[in-house]
Amino acid sequence: MAIIYIDGKPLETQDGQNLLEACIELGLNVPYFCWHPALGSVGACRQCAVKQYRDENDKQGRLVMSCMTLVTDGMRISVDESESKDFRANIIDWMMTNHPHDCPVCDEGGECHLQDMTLMTGHNYRTYRFKKKTYVNQNLGPFINHEMNRCIQCYRCVRYYKDYAGGHDLDAFASHNHVYFGRHEDGVLESEFSGNLVEVCPTGVFTDKTLKEHFTRRWDYTTAPSVCVHCALGCNITPGERYGKLRRIRNRYNRSVNGYFLCDRGRYGYEFVNSDKRPKAPLKRQMIDGKPVHVPMTRDEALSEIGKFFSNGSKAIGIGSPRASLEANFALRALVGAENFYLGLSKADGKLLSAVLEIVLSGPARQPSLGELKDHDAVLILGEDMTNVAPIAALNIRQSVNNQPRANAKAMGIPEWNDLPVRRAMDTDRGPLFIASVAPTRLDDVATQTFHATPDGIASLGFAIANFIDPQSPAANVSGEVRALAQQIATALQSAQKPLVVSGPSCRSEAVIQAAANIAWALCRKAKPAGIYFAAPESNSVGLGLFGGANIENAAEALRKGGADTLVVLENDLYRRVPAALVDELLSLAKHVLVVDHQYSATAQKAEYVLPGATFAEGDGTLVNNIGRAQRMMQVFNPEGEITESWRWLRRLRAASGKGREDEWISFDSFLHALVAEIPAFSHILDAAPTAAFRVGGLKIPRQSHRYSGRTAMKANVAVSETGVTADPDSPMSFSMEGFSMMTPAALMSSFWTPGWNSAQSITRFQEEVNGPLEGGDPGVRLIEPQPDSAVPYFDAVETNESHDAAWTALPLYHIYGSEELSASSPAVAELSPKPYAMLHSDDARARGLLDGDAVTVKIDGQEISTSLKTNDTMARGVVCLPAGLEDAPYIEFPAAAEILRSVTS
Amino acid sequence: MASGQQRKEREQAAIDAVLAEHKGAHRDSLIPILQHMQERVGYLSVAAVRSIAHHLHLPASKVYGVATFYNQFRFMPKGKYHVQVCRGTACHVKGSLATLDAVRQELGVEPGETSKNGAYSIEVVACMGACGLAPLVCVNGTFYADMTPKKVRALLEEQRERQAAHEAR
Ligand code: SF4
Ligand code: SF4
Ligand code: FES
Ligand code: FES
Repeated sequence: MAIIYIDGKPLETQDGQNLLEACIELGLNVPYFCWHPALGSVGACRQCAVKQYRDENDKQGRLVMSCMTLVTDGMRISVDESESKDFRANIIDWMMTNHPHDCPVCDEGGECHLQDMTLMTGHNYRTYRFKKKTYVNQNLGPFINHEMNRCIQCYRCVRYYKDYAGGHDLDAFASHNHVYFGRHEDGVLESEFSGNLVEVCPTGVFTDKTLKEHFTRRWDYTTAPSVCVHCALGCNITPGERYGKLRRIRNRYNRSVNGYFLCDRGRYGYEFVNSDKRPKAPLKRQMIDGKPVHVPMTRDEALSEIGKFFSNGSKAIGIGSPRASLEANFALRALVGAENFYLGLSKADGKLLSAVLEIVLSGPARQPSLGELKDHDAVLILGEDMTNVAPIAALNIRQSVNNQPRANAKAMGIPEWNDLPVRRAMDTDRGPLFIASVAPTRLDDVATQTFHATPDGIASLGFAIANFIDPQSPAANVSGEVRALAQQIATALQSAQKPLVVSGPSCRSEAVIQAAANIAWALCRKAKPAGIYFAAPESNSVGLGLFGGANIENAAEALRKGGADTLVVLENDLYRRVPAALVDELLSLAKHVLVVDHQYSATAQKAEYVLPGATFAEGDGTLVNNIGRAQRMMQVFNPEGEITESWRWLRRLRAASGKGREDEWISFDSFLHALVAEIPAFSHILDAAPTAAFRVGGLKIPRQSHRYSGRTAMKANVAVSETGVTADPDSPMSFSMEGFSMMTPAALMSSFWTPGWNSAQSITRFQEEVNGPLEGGDPGVRLIEPQPDSAVPYFDAVETNESHDAAWTALPLYHIYGSEELSASSPAVAELSPKPYAMLHSDDARARGLLDGDAVTVKIDGQEISTSLKTNDTMARGVVCLPAGLEDAPYIEFPAAAEILRSVTS
Repeated sequence: MASGQQRKEREQAAIDAVLAEHKGAHRDSLIPILQHMQERVGYLSVAAVRSIAHHLHLPASKVYGVATFYNQFRFMPKGKYHVQVCRGTACHVKGSLATLDAVRQELGVEPGETSKNGAYSIEVVACMGACGLAPLVCVNGTFYADMTPKKVRALLEEQRERQAAHEAR
């Protein structure tokens, strides 16, 4: 702790901070541009100048850049002193010489840091008399607009994009008064994290392109805290709605999860919510002109007609979903009975998920939170392409490679926040980070060493590493070269302070997952606080896994046995999970098929009945992320038509069938209590957010800002007098501007605003300290904790079978854009989804007389897939990689034996 | 006249020839390579930037970033008439800003650019070592001394007439 005197007042600050951070934590208004909490200080913009005095007799003082000045005990400064104020006003005057002052037509207007800082410094009149410099903008792809005229040359964008996110194609060009920030030519920004530029840039140079389609000002959104549904990490988001459309997604800071950043799939994958293909009313299939057609029916018709299928004495099979909330899955389980509830996973997927859960539930290694990934100082990734499967985890692992090299800077006494000298001291040192994967990954550029092999090869490497660390862990039979690598990795992990082992199901191999566990456990037994981190496929995969239950194949068996007339499929497109023939069989075995979903999926299209479910933005629910963190999504807006949460539909059906009472589980909280009573593993989810009865000063928390406009006018087509506000029985939030928006608990916080701070930068006003947790603690609860004293035995090593016959092993490659169902139906993401391909090692291809770009046919399980060949110089041999989960691509159960033939062109 | 395609191919051949002379070069040779390229090809095209990046294993944005940092590099081919206007100290004092403005207006191009028909390009230079003749304008290597806006307009007008006569023949 240090005491500093600011304008004569003694104030407490933390040692080692810079003055700007100290002032921010103290709630003072010191303007700044180039400093960013995640990027540190470079002292480039000169906006944060304050006066520093030698001692109490020094009346003169000197100007210092607060972001570059280390806090020292007894230090005296002034923020209010007139010379420093004039200096700051001058700086902003100069920054604005070329700024177009086009706020009214700028998408940043109203949440612009430049606007805020201009007001804060009191710069009112332009003094520069000459013409403004203008620039040509670039087309940067489907996500981001570029408007270079608005740039104030703070350099944040390139520091974020290159230094933090590891991008290569955004840079500063030219010099003097015509510095340009963009690409070397027009084109899609390559980084998967480019959308963060929108929040990092303090002006309107980079803005959301998907938002531009239906633009709304910041104060006109209806928002609520929510959770991203596009992968298993559960990044915290703030969706914004107006006029019944979901307009945009913004980051919602949570130190334990995503921090300041989102990936582009999470930020721009939301348009599926606005799709007109979605079912909006209950649908029933009827034959019209000999063709099956879905016709809408009323809620009451649907409930009375479908409810009968669940009345006492009848049996129904329910298939749940890893992309549906805990509540939705539980409601299905309650409707059909636990014994008839099946996880919506294939046998293979279920097995991989159980393998992971068994390890994290019984083993001694702790799973770090997503945010904590940044703190590890030696990382091994076993068989995952994190950037494409768990994007923000990849971004955070990319930060971890700086930890050991940063020690150099520390030894030289350079404070952590002083970005340029720290980077200079680190030089080109990175790591250690080791990546074993089937094909190259997007993190390879910062890897100490990469190793590309078949899943068995990767597992063997893993077992060999574990064996080096602890000879008790079973050895694997590996070549001398692999042994040497294993030893190198083992040494690096053992000599680190906080080693981390990362793995997941993408290799489709239990052995890879188990090898990862052996390594982490071996480190734990050697008294290293090793972390273990598994990627998971979908937003609620782990939550579903914690329910426990059988798989889709088992559901088919149960139906085959007979006795069940009805099949209920919850938020799940079975055609994406098991072979089409099996789905067709399932659907034909049941007399009645009911799908509850917000997507009109291939499965829904074949159902007899479809009930319109709510998306994440239209309902409340709980998701459990890949490490078992339960997080609450709050409903953002009221959807149109009969759309409502799946759990509510299923509850209604239960009441209609006579199984449940009409008044049972009416509110979300009562339903949540029922869930927890039934499945104690979930008891902590009650702590994920306050109950609906929570109030601040007797008031609800508003979803709309106090500046929300047009609340009467926007519904004037319905009624000229203001229409009433819909009540929300499920949460302590109101669908209006009324309520108390200060002192909101973090779990209910969706928009971060304090007077004078309208931009994304306002977040620092809500953190306990710079980069710290939100005041009152980060929302979310961990459901899975490690068993430090556990004596679980090591897994046995696999026998690698290196002799592969004529057949190839087909394995999936996941794509951030295209492999995930929901985001892939959003146009901007779909635009970047890859074309189908089959990828082989160049030598493998050459040996068969095939070249890159050739048309080939891949035969798997009797299916013939015509596609084009890609070759790669470093991927595993004997393997053919196919993109996973692309729209319209047939389902393949990986790993599969494949044949590759040159397509005959007629 | 050569088709666009042929021209591109010829240009790429020239680019490759330059790079062939820098086999095994590292990133620290970037500026010499850029200079060499400009000397040989006349300017730095997108293709040249990409090829240099590939040659040095650098992101293209890095190469372009370095190249645009310096005023010495141009990114459009020179015009048939390359007009250099001196903005060095002596020329400035003698009013070269007005001369430059006259040239810009007359030709409708900005410094560093080339007119659409490829006829004219303007370059701003800092001192051509003939300060006694300030303000100085140089067209395709010929120096014109004591330039005023009026004189430079007349000069360019004359130039254009000669060009038109040449084309008519
Ligand atoms: S584009 Fe934005 S972030 Fe980049 S330098 Fe300009 S103002 Fe700063
Ligand atoms: S990393 Fe996953 S959870 Fe986070 S924003 Fe991207 S898709 Fe969403
Ligand atoms: S914030 Fe301190 S110089 Fe830019
Ligand atoms: S300043 Fe123009 S020639 Fe020297």
